Order: sequence, then C-alpha cells, then structure tokens
Amino acid sequence: MKTYFFTSVRMTVVMIALCCIVYFSIVGAIGKITPGNGGGKKVMVDGKVVGYELIGQKFTDDKYFWGRPSAVDYNAAGSGGSNKGPSNPDYLKIVQERIDSFLVHNPGVTKNQVPAEMVTASGSGLDPHISPQSALVQVKRIASGRKVDEQKIVELINQHTTEPLFGPAVVNVLKLNIALDELK
Amino acid sequence: MGSEITGIVVAFLIALLIGFPLGIYISNVFSGKKTLTDFLNPVERFIFRFSGVDPKREMNWKENLKALLSINLVWFVYAFVMLITQGSLFLNPDGNPSQSPDLAFNTAISFMVNCDLQHYSGESGLSYLTQVGVISFLMFVSAATGIASAVIFFRALGEKTTQVLGNFYVFFVKSITRILLPLSIVVATILALNGTPTSFDGRDSLVTLQGDTVHVSRGPAAAMVAIKHLGTNGGGWFGANSAHPLENPNYFTNSVELIAQLIIPFAMVFAFGFFINRKKLAYVIFGVMTVGFLALAIPTIINEINGNPAIAALGAQQPNGAMEGKEVRFGPAFSGFWSIVTTVISTGSVNSMHDSSMALSGMMQMLAMMINSFYGGCGVGLLNYFIYIIIAVFISGLMVGRTPEFMGHKLEGREIKIAALITLLSPFLIMTATSLAAYFNANHPQMAWAVQPGSWLNNPSYHGFSEMLYENTSANANNGSGFEGLGDNNIFWNVMTGFVLILGRFLPIIGPVAIAGLLAGKKHIPHSAGTLRTDSLTFGAMTLAVIVIINALSYFPALALGPIAEYFSM
Repeated sequence: MKTYFFTSVRMTVVMIALCCIVYFSIVGAIGKITPGNGGGKKVMVDGKVVGYELIGQKFTDDKYFWGRPSAVDYNAAGSGGSNKGPSNPDYLKIVQERIDSFLVHNPGVTKNQVPAEMVTASGSGLDPHISPQSALVQVKRIASGRKVDEQKIVELINQHTTEPLFGPAVVNVLKLNIALDELK
Repeated sequence: MGSEITGIVVAFLIALLIGFPLGIYISNVFSGKKTLTDFLNPVERFIFRFSGVDPKREMNWKENLKALLSINLVWFVYAFVMLITQGSLFLNPDGNPSQSPDLAFNTAISFMVNCDLQHYSGESGLSYLTQVGVISFLMFVSAATGIASAVIFFRALGEKTTQVLGNFYVFFVKSITRILLPLSIVVATILALNGTPTSFDGRDSLVTLQGDTVHVSRGPAAAMVAIKHLGTNGGGWFGANSAHPLENPNYFTNSVELIAQLIIPFAMVFAFGFFINRKKLAYVIFGVMTVGFLALAIPTIINEINGNPAIAALGAQQPNGAMEGKEVRFGPAFSGFWSIVTTVISTGSVNSMHDSSMALSGMMQMLAMMINSFYGGCGVGLLNYFIYIIIAVFISGLMVGRTPEFMGHKLEGREIKIAALITLLSPFLIMTATSLAAYFNANHPQMAWAVQPGSWLNNPSYHGFSEMLYENTSANANNGSGFEGLGDNNIFWNVMTGFVLILGRFLPIIGPVAIAGLLAGKKHIPHSAGTLRTDSLTFGAMTLAVIVIINALSYFPALALGPIAEYFSM
C-alpha cells in the first residue's frame, strides 16, 4: 500500500506541472497573439473602453436598442439564467409584464409581433446578441426618439447582422448602439 | 430553421469523422504500436522515472484497481486542502474567499470523479489558483482515469486467458500525454482565437455605453474549457458554463465544443473493436448507442423548436422555439441537441439552462443520464454499456437454454451478481437520495442549513420535484449538469451528493473491471456453432431491449411525478 501512496504523490506532482503549468503557459502564449491579447476583446469609443464585445450590456433607454432580459442584470461579475421552469405561474406572470412593457415602449407593435427572446431571460444573463427580427421590431421607437429616418436604421441593422454558416443570424447590441450614436 | 438542423447533422458527422480515426490511434497507443506521437516517449520516460513507476511491470486487476483508488485518494486530499485555503493563497486577483468545508468536500469529489457538479459559481467561488491547479488538473486526471480503466478492461477481454492486465500508471500517463493534452491544445487555440480569455488578468470594471458601472469576470478560461469538453468533465469556468459568451463566444465555437465532447467517447468504442480485434462488435455497440442517442435527441429538439405553449398562450412569437435560458447565437434547436449530447455523455456542460427546458426535454435529459451508456463518459461509458451486455448475455442464455458466454469465457454466478448489483446501484442511489431530499423539503422546511429546505426549490410543484430528481441523477451519473434553480450549497446537498458521486463513480468502474478480470482468468472456450454471437444485430437489439426495460422499470415512477406530470399539466 505504501508504494502505491508514494507513487501516487509523485505522479500527482509531475502531472500538476504538466497539466497546469506547462499546458496553461502554452495556451497563454498562444492567447497573446489573439484579438484582445487573451484578456477579452474590448470595445472602444473615442479612446475609452465602453465594454467587451462578447459581454452584453443593459439598455433601458428608449433611444437605444434593447438586449434580452437578464437574470443577473447584465453585471458580468456573475452570470446565469433565471432557471424558471416552463410551467411556473409566477414566471409566466413576469413574462406577461415584460410583454406589456414592451408594447408600451414600442407603440405600433402588436402583441403577436413581440419576439419571445425579448421577453425571456438568456442562459448567461450576458447575451450580447438579439436576432435581426428583434432589432427590426424596435426600429419605430428608435427612429421617432432620435428623429432619424427609419430606413437608415434598418440599413444599420443589416450592416451589423452576422450570419454564420448554419446557425441563427445575430446582431451585436452594443456595437449596433455605438453605430447608432455615430449616426449623423 | 432548416440551416440549424443542417448544422446539427454536420456537427455530429464531423465528430464521427474525427472519432473513428482517433479510435484507431487510441488502440495503437495502448497496444504499443508505432504512432505519430512517439516523439513523446522521452517525456513519458521522465514521468515514470520521477514517479518511480516501472512501465514494464504488468499488474493484475486487483493491483490496478488499488493503484487507481490510491491515486484518487491523494487527489481528493490535495483538492480539499487547496479549496478550503484558496482565499489566503496566491493567484486570487478577485479576492474570492475559501470554500466552506462541506462545499470543498463536494467540489473536490465532484471534480475527482469526472462529474463537475458545481454548488458554487466560478466567478466568486474559486481563485485562479484553484481554477487552474485543482479544477483543471482534476479534469485531466479524472478523464485519464476513465480512459485507463477502460484500457485495463480492453486488455482483459483481448486475451484468451491472462492474469495480468497491463499497468494502470502507464495507461493513465499515456491518456494524458498522447490524447488529452495534444487535443486540448488544439481546442484551446480555437477558443482563444474566437475571444475566450487566456490571461490571468483579474476582474475588470468599466462604465457601459448607457452609463452603468459593471464588473466583468475573466481569467484563463480557454485552456480549461478545452479539457472540460474533451475529458467529458463539464464544469464551467464561469457560473453560466458554456452559455457564457466568454466561455463559448459564437456558433462556431459552440460546434467545436460539442464535437470535442463527442470524439473521445466515440473513439473509445472503436478503439475497443480495434484493440481486441473484434471490429464488428464495436460497430454493433456503436449502432445501438446511436439509436438510443437519437431516440432521446430528436424528441428534445422537436420540443424545443415547438416552444413553450404557455408563452404562446400569452401571445408572444416564438419563431425559433423556446428561448428562456437560451442564447440567441445558438438557438433552441442546437441548444436542445446539446442538452442531450451533454447528458448521454457524462459531460454536463450546458449551453442553455436545463431548468428552463420544456418538460419532456427535461425528461429526456434525465433519461440520458439514468441510462448513462449511450456513448457515455470518457472510457466509463463503455464500462457501463458492458454491464448491460452481461445482463443481455445472461438473459439470452436463459432464453435459448445455453450457458451464457462472452468473448470465449463462461459467465458464472459471481459475474452476474456483480453486474446485477451495479445495475441496481443507480436507481438505489437516485431514489434514496431524492426521497430524503423530498422528505426534508416537505417536513423540515425550517432546518437551519445555509439554504433552508423550504427555499431549495426555484419552481413549485412537479417541476420542483424534477429539480431534486435531476440533481441526484446527475450526481449518480457523474454528469454535473443541473436544474440550477436548486439551492444546493448547503450541508445536506453537499454531503449527500458527495457520497452519491463517489459510489456512482467507483463502483461502476470496479464492477466491470472485476468482471473482466475474473473472465480473463478463466479457461478460454473456443468459438463454436453453439456460441451466442454477441456481434450480431439481433444481440444488439437484445441489449437495447435490456437497457430500455431496466431503465423503464427503475425510473418510470419517478419521472411520472416530475416531468411527465408537468407536461400533462400544461
């Protein structure tokens, strides 16, 4: 038994060196040459960091595109979903309230035009994206708030839509809103 | 929608295209044939010399299991000590506190057994030192333990009659140097290029476009996320696991992470066939596993695409499907598919919150973990499947009136007893633990635990019961995903799932290795016209039937109280 123990301890030591120190150093070195240098890609406006490309932000102002509801209020010190089950009556009440509030802030939009993703919390609570459809449904509100031509905003959405080979098309809300601010 | 289904099919096929040659490679590595990675020989020699292992020494099944269990014990002690002291150690830029003893007990076991149930959130529950030095370390070694035990099992079945089954330490080291490390570097590089952080910079603070002050947790996640999937571990760097945009930045990385968790379980089945030179047997096993996997995955995808009927009733539009707990960049179809991949295989990393899945999807996820052998975890999936084979051989033997045999060895009372006990172990652990939890929740809601039993559940009624059932199922299957609404960081859940984890890990390794070891020690009976062919489609169907019957009998009542009742109530 003693030999098993000493072998185990020594093997543990050498494996920590290999799997933690060597491996993490290799990946760390590779990370240095990636966008963001391994610290996460930041988004700058006028030389000031306003966020991370991949981390969603809270937008409540009517002049900005909104992202999805978040169970952690978009504070990326943590992350997580609501973990509400599909049949939970309290949860369904919250969804109902979100639909009502969406309709109040977006006059002209009818109930059956509200995309579910705009009234349900994301998995991470930090979802940086919405679908192009969810962006388009907000165009009227933003156009009237900013007194900009609707067509211009639709074009902006199209420019900021990325469509992967197979998956759903997405719009990065933060970048779209920055572009919106830059719109003359 | 069509393109999302195509994306799923393509990801699965790519995993198969990688898994098959990887299986040949793994077989070659462990049978000592020439491989591309032989340049690593000196590294391995150094590791053996440093640890005092004689790689040429062959051990019998009992010695191998002793080696396996004693090194696991060392890891447990190491991990536990690190976790309860992390707050005062170095590499802790966010100043996170040490774990409480019961939480550290749970965490150390959970990662040691390749489960990765997490009763903490990575952002606040660990330091960078423990994320790297404990969690990522255990991810490598627990996966290698699984692979090594499968190889011991290959050895036992590959030879006519033998007492010695190779050397656990050799299999263990080679699993890391030849398989897990090289693949992890590839996957980590892909993730880093797509924006997953790799540096040790601490939490950032910034003012958003709208003017709110927020913090952003970071850390060298890319390296860990790679081994988390390749080793079918599943514990996230961040609380939201692979739903977190830094841990899984886009649709492409999502496919890469999905493929990464599939390839080694795929490869182990093929490696088995090549190693013992019974390719047809491996193909039949793989076929049965795939049929079972699809039977769980397809209904789940359909359920998620159809969306939540209760939300449809409120009038909102669900063009892609149910979105609660899901990320826009993955969509409901792929999230549903992932939820089954991660549960049939014992990964347990999630890219959507399973607690918010549709009722029947939740049932499929639980069933996947209850069966735990449609592909299954790194190495151990095949061992679980082997138990079902033994039962199927036994029942077929009784049906046709012959002495049951497998691979030229007679199956006798002792082997059947072990197989039967292992089969009964899962329902026993899951049901006992769930009844205890339900008892405390119902009768002692005010117990003075960190989370009182009355506040455990995040959802009422049937779904609340499902939360407890899921947690225990996940612990027993060493899966690690959860219905995360459950308030599980208290002494009851930490200690109880700790024990479920240990028993659910080591007994299902010891059992099959013991059976294989006992079989290998017996006289070899040459194949004759009267031998039951285990590599035929008929026998494959028989095994599938055994799996379905055993699991239906064991779990239907519990599932009826949880997800099935919820489905009919909606």
